[in-house]
Amino acid sequence: MTITATMTVNGEERSGVCEERTLLVTFLRETLRLTGTHVGCDTSQCGACVVLIDGDSVKSCTVLALQADGRDIQTIEGVADGDELHPIQQAFHENHGLQCGYCTPGMIMSALDLLKHNADPTEREIREHLEGNLCRCTGYHNIVKSIRAAAGKMAGAGA
Amino acid sequence: MRYEAPDTLEAAVGLLSAADGAARVLAGGTDLLVQLRSGPVEPDLVVDIKRVPGMDAIVEEAGGFRVGAAVPGAALGEHAGLRAAWPGVVEATELIGSTQIQGRATMVGNLCNASPAADSVPAMIAAGATARIEGPGGRRDVPVEEVATGPGRTSLAEGELVASVFLPARPARSGDAYLRLIPRTEMDIAVVGAGVSLTLGENGAVSAARVALGAVAPTALLDRACADAIVGAALDAAALEKLAAAASAACRPIDDKRGTVAYRTRVAGVLARRAAAIAWARAGGRA
Repeated sequence: MTITATMTVNGEERSGVCEERTLLVTFLRETLRLTGTHVGCDTSQCGACVVLIDGDSVKSCTVLALQADGRDIQTIEGVADGDELHPIQQAFHENHGLQCGYCTPGMIMSALDLLKHNADPTEREIREHLEGNLCRCTGYHNIVKSIRAAAGKMAGAGA
Repeated sequence: MRYEAPDTLEAAVGLLSAADGAARVLAGGTDLLVQLRSGPVEPDLVVDIKRVPGMDAIVEEAGGFRVGAAVPGAALGEHAGLRAAWPGVVEATELIGSTQIQGRATMVGNLCNASPAADSVPAMIAAGATARIEGPGGRRDVPVEEVATGPGRTSLAEGELVASVFLPARPARSGDAYLRLIPRTEMDIAVVGAGVSLTLGENGAVSAARVALGAVAPTALLDRACADAIVGAALDAAALEKLAAAASAACRPIDDKRGTVAYRTRVAGVLARRAAAIAWARAGGRA
């Protein structure tokens, strides 16, 4: 059966028609055409599909679109301020925090959640927080470095 | 597939009871939604219980804790009282999945998914936890070890759901622990799991114990012989060796890609011994 789901996505109210069984990630990608959120594994392991729901990081393949009805969603498309990259995005750029880039949206959304709760995480804390974000290029070293750099920059900016 | 999110327990039970075809309960959804995608589950009805008041609550009751069916692992970890009373149960639940999965996955879901390798289940069984089942015939409380009957199968009757799990009050000088073996450091399914809960008498000897093993049989095992191996004396090297032998003897595992029968049997003894030593230290035991 088809239904209409309505939610705030990156600050805008968005509606779309989907099936009751449609996952949030599918709704974002195929109904709203926000393809920055990736599907890597289909089994809730890889973290490529992480988005924020009411500010908390969630794997969008573990939530039905209907469960997100009425909630506030942030995807990778809503992270930059216009053409200006978010400090985390900028740090990934400067520190070679991505190779193929497939895992990057999920990494950045997870990092946003981490830095919200812990403005100055240690390398170990970053690695533990990223346990659910897999990088098949195995570029973890620079991902961790990017998040450390972003934390420093955000603290310096008083953000 | 029809999705319903009722706001009372009665309505949830009513929906499940009246379902024509296959009906499934959605708590955290971290198993169910993956199964929807991968195919083994094709429910006609999914009942989301997260909007039922109280399902997301941890309530102190009779000196213990009642954990609602929609309480995610992250909330268990943030509950100081529960963590102090039942550190093994909390740690076991926190082993399930990553940060984002912890924000959704629930202990009751872990129980009802009925995987033999579920991490929180041996810990709950060792803790002597009971599951509160609500259904068309009313309410019943059953020991957690009676919920799963085989891989993916439970003793729940049609229309029934597990609304909460109750972790009982802790006597003085008690401790629990859960350990699992996985080939990597995070995010994997247990090859073997072992949960131990014990209480020490005033003389420092183990006065009561419960030992449960995961991933070594079609359901998590509560093993009396393991408990008998350590009750009545201090937890010295000889007692730990007896426990390890009893744990290995209790195993009825399968060979699969995660481990062989021989490996699981051996590791079960090692993990039971190590978990018992941690539980003993937490209970204040001294060699």
